Amino acid sequence: MSKTITIDGDSIPFEDGQTIMEAAAAAGIYIPHLCHHPEFAPHGSCKLCTVIVNGRACSACTFPAMDGQEILNNSKELNDDRRRITQMLFVEGNHLCPGCEKSGNCQLQAIGYYLNMLDNHFLHFFAPRELDASHPDVLVDQNRCIFCTLCVRASHKDGKDVFAISGRGINKRLIFNADSGLLKDTDLDVSDQAAHICPTGAILIKRTGFTQPIGERLFDHKDISETSLEQEQGDHDR
Amino acid sequence: MKQFIQDLAEKNNHQAKQLLQILREIQSCYHYIPEQAIEQLSGLLAIPRTRIISVVEFYSFLHLTPKGQYELLISDCITDNMHDKKNLTDYLAARLNVAVGAVREDGLVSLDNTSCTGMCDQGPAGLVNGYALTRLDRARIDLIADLIERREPLAAWPADLFQVEDNIVRPGLLLKQSMVPGEALRSAFKRGLKATLTEIERSGLRGRGGAGFKTAMKWGFCADEAQNERYVVCNADEGEPGTFKDRVLLNSFAHQVFEGMTLCAAIIGAKRGFLYLRGEYLHLYEQLQGILDQRRQAGLLGVNILREGLDFDIDIYLGAGAYICGEESALIESLEGKAGIPRNRPPYPVTQGYLGKPTVVNNVETFLAASAIAVNGADWFAKVGTEKSSGTKILSISGDCARPGIYEYAFGTTVQTLLNDCGATDVLGVQMGGPSGTFISSQEFDRKLAFEDLATGGSVIVFNENRNIFDIVHNFTHFFAHESCGFCTPCRVGTSLLRKQVDKIYEGHGSAGDVAALEELCQLIKNYSHCGLGQTAANPVLTTLERYPELYQGKLKKISYEPGFDLDGALDIARRLAQRDDAGAHLSQVGDHE
Repeated sequence: MSKTITIDGDSIPFEDGQTIMEAAAAAGIYIPHLCHHPEFAPHGSCKLCTVIVNGRACSACTFPAMDGQEILNNSKELNDDRRRITQMLFVEGNHLCPGCEKSGNCQLQAIGYYLNMLDNHFLHFFAPRELDASHPDVLVDQNRCIFCTLCVRASHKDGKDVFAISGRGINKRLIFNADSGLLKDTDLDVSDQAAHICPTGAILIKRTGFTQPIGERLFDHKDISETSLEQEQGDHDR
Repeated sequence: MKQFIQDLAEKNNHQAKQLLQILREIQSCYHYIPEQAIEQLSGLLAIPRTRIISVVEFYSFLHLTPKGQYELLISDCITDNMHDKKNLTDYLAARLNVAVGAVREDGLVSLDNTSCTGMCDQGPAGLVNGYALTRLDRARIDLIADLIERREPLAAWPADLFQVEDNIVRPGLLLKQSMVPGEALRSAFKRGLKATLTEIERSGLRGRGGAGFKTAMKWGFCADEAQNERYVVCNADEGEPGTFKDRVLLNSFAHQVFEGMTLCAAIIGAKRGFLYLRGEYLHLYEQLQGILDQRRQAGLLGVNILREGLDFDIDIYLGAGAYICGEESALIESLEGKAGIPRNRPPYPVTQGYLGKPTVVNNVETFLAASAIAVNGADWFAKVGTEKSSGTKILSISGDCARPGIYEYAFGTTVQTLLNDCGATDVLGVQMGGPSGTFISSQEFDRKLAFEDLATGGSVIVFNENRNIFDIVHNFTHFFAHESCGFCTPCRVGTSLLRKQVDKIYEGHGSAGDVAALEELCQLIKNYSHCGLGQTAANPVLTTLERYPELYQGKLKKISYEPGFDLDGALDIARRLAQRDDAGAHLSQVGDHE
């Protein structure tokens, strides 16, 4: 008999080595997340995927599925707190959706909609953040960085290590692997996965901002729980 | 510089895991990490330059821009602040003509605050180029300022400035016994290693860092891992404000600590161990290296220890100013030369620790106790304490008391006993276990020191009735915001939001609803953070709010809402530019409660 875990009362099977996130995705259950991507080793930093496993809070993207776990995922309490965590990400950076070319394709924005976020709740930090437009094809706007490290992980996989997160605490920042510190002097190529992986509008491909019109974007007609389950099947790198 | 860095890399076998140690030496020589050094190290260690920058920017004692030739840091612990730290720092700043947080124009001196330096029994304290300064007062500051202006090298400074006292006031079971180096190992080999592990298990010894995991169980798990390489790590990164017992144990009982590590190595089958010493205890470094040498010469470290076929040696690693490295998996990351960011668990360090190998990480006091148990047996230890917390606990007591220092008590001792012994009167409350622990009020002094009641890593700070709860909460909340590693959202953003919210109330701008918002934020940080830092960062607020709700409410203005910014202040420049200031254009910013 195969092993099972229970999520919100539904019994679902899993294979040894799978995380709760992977088992859930395979069974068609969406757990909100931003720093998780099925192609990369899980990071566990955004904390949106926090679920209650046998009474204890765990990150679904890193915690292994184990036989008999009773898991709470889609509860009001968890989603209320996930909304607060999303609001923290919004006030930490400078996210101005109406003027952002990622709007409609942005996972942070889509999570906000999914969790019914209607305001920022917390005070804005209005942190001064840098913008690097030096690269011919790629623009990095740190105002929108949420420190998910997907670009760091992707660029490591590309064999280039273009990106890294530096600093401590609230003073974190994205840095680039070049003597000048500028994106144009790194090995980044527009075809690198790292240039396309950003869940927000922090890393943008130049001259493509509006090729896909508003109204025809990823989250314009589907919410993130649907697109996530369609696109993010499979187990992460080990 | 080129040769210096070349030699440094060579001395460290070009290993990237030595990065933090290498950077410490560069900082100490040049007072910053120059661009040229980053460039060169990147090549010599074969790592991206971004990895070097991220390490420099993570640790408080490393800098990308030059600090003074004399880097002065003043401990910003609550205990230092209770001893006039603020005025003394201002006096020092004026004496040396340098602003706090700045480097003087001639580059001679820089001055800044730093988190608790572990000298709470002899503060106000500070650091000069990493070396501890104690008992600061105006006379000593005058002296320090003169020495700096005369460009006197540190070696020529009066030794008294650097004098660190042990202040052992009440020794108990562990601190009273004297042990000959090698005695614990001989006892263990005589008894048999398996039997010794059983002895430690029977003693009921639990981890002394505060979490209280059973020591024998941890060692047993590590020994059972199917791996041929294992490590022993001693966590001497005691960064919890108000703790300084490990400083004393390493100054006066280092043999026993190293012996406990060697005993652990014999039991689990490790060949290498590390003492991770917090950067603030640089003054102990040479002395500890000397003791390791003595032990090597005595056949207690190195190859074939006591001719029992045990090969084991210990290296000392220095931290560089990061409280988070006291968390065991962050400490391991730091040992590997990286930023101290706690790992995801599972896997736990006993299965995948240093370099991915099974690793035991224990507190200094735990290793000390383990070696004593190996000599004296389980019953000697277990006969004192309570059923769930056997043995004794070594405490660092400071704050408003006549005799701050080191006290050792059997578990089960009441807080009132501690207070009587240290000479504390008119006590408002006691911070048990440091900022991450619990604030208890004068109604609770019959509570007991024990894992099942008041668990503590050793920090006990006493506050008398002249102290203001909000000064304490304010200091602790700023501490956590400063020390958050920034890995996870709830702690990175939450501790800074908490700092702002506490500041708002502290400065008298809180209005109705602000205490409720404060509590909601606390719960989010506590319930969703990645590691113990975030999970306890709200404790100063939560434990005082629970006990003194009326104090918080009393701080609020009697208005329903106060905005987070000053509207007239924000419009001031525009009004001056436009040379227009209509009386009717000043909106009331607050609404009345009634």
